[in-house]
Amino acid sequence: MADIQIIDADKYFGSNHVIRKLNLHIRHGEFVVLLGPSGCGKTTTLRALAGLESIDAGEIRIGDRRVDHLPPQQRDTAFVFQLYSLYPHLSAFDNIAFPLRAAGVPDAQVREQVGAVARVLRIEHLLKKRPSALAGGDMQRVTIGRALVRRPSAMLMDEPIGALDAKLREQMRTELRRLHVDNDSTTVYVTHDQVEAMAMADKIGIMNDGVLQQYDNPDTVYDEPANLFVAQFVGSPIMNVADCRCELADDHVRVRLPGLAEPFVLREPALRQQLQAAPAAAQDLALGIRPEAVGVQLQPSPGLVRAEVELVEPLGAYDIVDIAVGEQSLRARTPSQLIRSQGQAVWLRLDGARTHFFDKRSGRSLRAAA
Amino acid sequence: MAAISLRRLGKRFGAVAAVQELTLDIHDREFFVLLGPTGAGKTTTLRCIAGLERPDQGEIHIAGDRVDDWSAAQRDVALVFQQYSLYPNYTVRENLAFPLRSKLRRFSAQQIDERVRKAAATVRIDHLLDRRTDRLSGGEMQRVSIGRAIVREPRLFLMDEPLSNLDAKLRELLRAELKGLQQRLGTTLIFVTHDQVEAMSMGDRIGVLDGGQLVQVGTPAQIYNAPANAFVASFVGSPAINLLDVQVDLAQGRVHGGSLAFALDAATQETLAPLLPADGRVRLGIRPEDIALVGEAGIPGSIYGAENHGAEIIAVVEAGGHHLRATVPAKTPTALNQPVRIAFAQPRLHFFDPLSGRNLRPI
Repeated sequence: MADIQIIDADKYFGSNHVIRKLNLHIRHGEFVVLLGPSGCGKTTTLRALAGLESIDAGEIRIGDRRVDHLPPQQRDTAFVFQLYSLYPHLSAFDNIAFPLRAAGVPDAQVREQVGAVARVLRIEHLLKKRPSALAGGDMQRVTIGRALVRRPSAMLMDEPIGALDAKLREQMRTELRRLHVDNDSTTVYVTHDQVEAMAMADKIGIMNDGVLQQYDNPDTVYDEPANLFVAQFVGSPIMNVADCRCELADDHVRVRLPGLAEPFVLREPALRQQLQAAPAAAQDLALGIRPEAVGVQLQPSPGLVRAEVELVEPLGAYDIVDIAVGEQSLRARTPSQLIRSQGQAVWLRLDGARTHFFDKRSGRSLRAAA
Repeated sequence: MAAISLRRLGKRFGAVAAVQELTLDIHDREFFVLLGPTGAGKTTTLRCIAGLERPDQGEIHIAGDRVDDWSAAQRDVALVFQQYSLYPNYTVRENLAFPLRSKLRRFSAQQIDERVRKAAATVRIDHLLDRRTDRLSGGEMQRVSIGRAIVREPRLFLMDEPLSNLDAKLRELLRAELKGLQQRLGTTLIFVTHDQVEAMSMGDRIGVLDGGQLVQVGTPAQIYNAPANAFVASFVGSPAINLLDVQVDLAQGRVHGGSLAFALDAATQETLAPLLPADGRVRLGIRPEDIALVGEAGIPGSIYGAENHGAEIIAVVEAGGHHLRATVPAKTPTALNQPVRIAFAQPRLHFFDPLSGRNLRPI
């Protein structure tokens, strides 16, 4: 039963400050994904947890032990890399058994533990094969089996399925998530793929330039992004961000986009409060709205804003439509084949409950500030 | 005007038939996508049209001219590849001007300058003209490559996976840009990709290739809603269509597959009756968005997994020994192992021949 805590951690590579005052509390049983672009510090953080990198300041605790001065083998964690890193001359069974035999576990117990892991991973029929005879997904299962077999208190995974093809990745996401639950593991998982993070995590820690931007469950990260970086890193199609000016009225907010004659009228009291609380920022704001929160209608109706379709991208289950709004454009998610042609006039409304304002200078969401 | 017509095109590499009996008409001003997995023959087809590969049989017509014997230069086409192939020691301006400096073209310095500016503005790299290309990001480099293709004002663009090396966000951005660009220029474009999202979102029409053969040609909606066979159905769409082998019993009006069973509605029974093989065996195809979680009346199952995609949740439902992916609204409760009931949108079910894969009921 082990929580993992990173407290005020810093890490430098030369003059490069790769982890900056990082604080992260991972509870026992959680599946935590560290997400960010390359160079954001996520892999360094994972390697510091494993003991493959030292930290220059701060603490790492696993359970009630401080571990940042301990070598990897004394930390009771298991690491799964992107590359399969199996011994090519050993069978799948011997690969999985390797860490147990190295620790001097008796043969009968080795057979029992390897068998149990193989059942969970559904690779019992592959145990006699060598890695070269295995398909990509099966190889990665064996790698995971080797990490699991020691029953570590934490599983650390660095892009473990990044090298697999799209279909297999989809399948492995579900399997890894189930495995985590069935084994009652604590998992820390690193990826640059926001789809993976959203799909698997209990909590996502989004990093950029060594700084933790937000640490929350997937719904909160998606619905309440703390800043522009998170808003645009998570979600596909990407969240619309547009320059805007806001006018406060008694019971509503008028949002004006440059070059667009009519304003969008939003009646959510919460938005008005956010804008009132941030008067300094009100001049330099960005509107943020996800494509599925842009309402599109084919007929005029009071309160809707007229705009013109620029481009239709059909995706089968739905369409993504680029719509010109003054000097900028917004992408909307619309039912398949609702929009028939470019240049077509449409009428828009913004879903106020899913509308965000960001301070363009700091990037911070006004929701986070409120 | 540059319509392209391929007649019974064939190309072998040793024992491998890379392209077989390929007949295809691409319209003038069309954004046409050749889609297929690795080894399907799409790049070979593109290279034959470009004049980089000589077909073993068949004919290639560009704008009414039979061009089989023309050199690549004579065909007046511009190519963009996955690799940027820019001159690293030169500026963006010099890279763009390069195709115009050929002695054959006889452009004046002023004409070259004008065209370079226009092309740079079109692909939004005007601010980068004096930067060396090795100082550019991947997205900027690919914009320069596309700029270098349009500067010549060719009658046909051929692009081979030009977005594959870019990260996901940039690909999403450039997809829309490229489609908009093609529409503004009105130049015929043939685009090769293995990525069905690119094909669906950009193509006016898509030609799906498998094993050197053209399997289906159609608009994105036709390809998605009326796939010619199970291969097309599963290659196009994400998450992938659910495919399961089942037995249709028309006398009872029921479908059985393993321990999964459900009743067919009257309309589906009626359309299926004349098409069904004698033994009733079919491969059933159900798109994830055509499966709904319902109350009492549905097929019983349980949640095997669930993926939050923000705008929606992809649930994996275990039902009657099958794992079915279902697209359900965001925030739907989907705890692991939770019992659920599901129902299918029956007018949208696909039935394929279990051996040939052929769609029994093209919509």
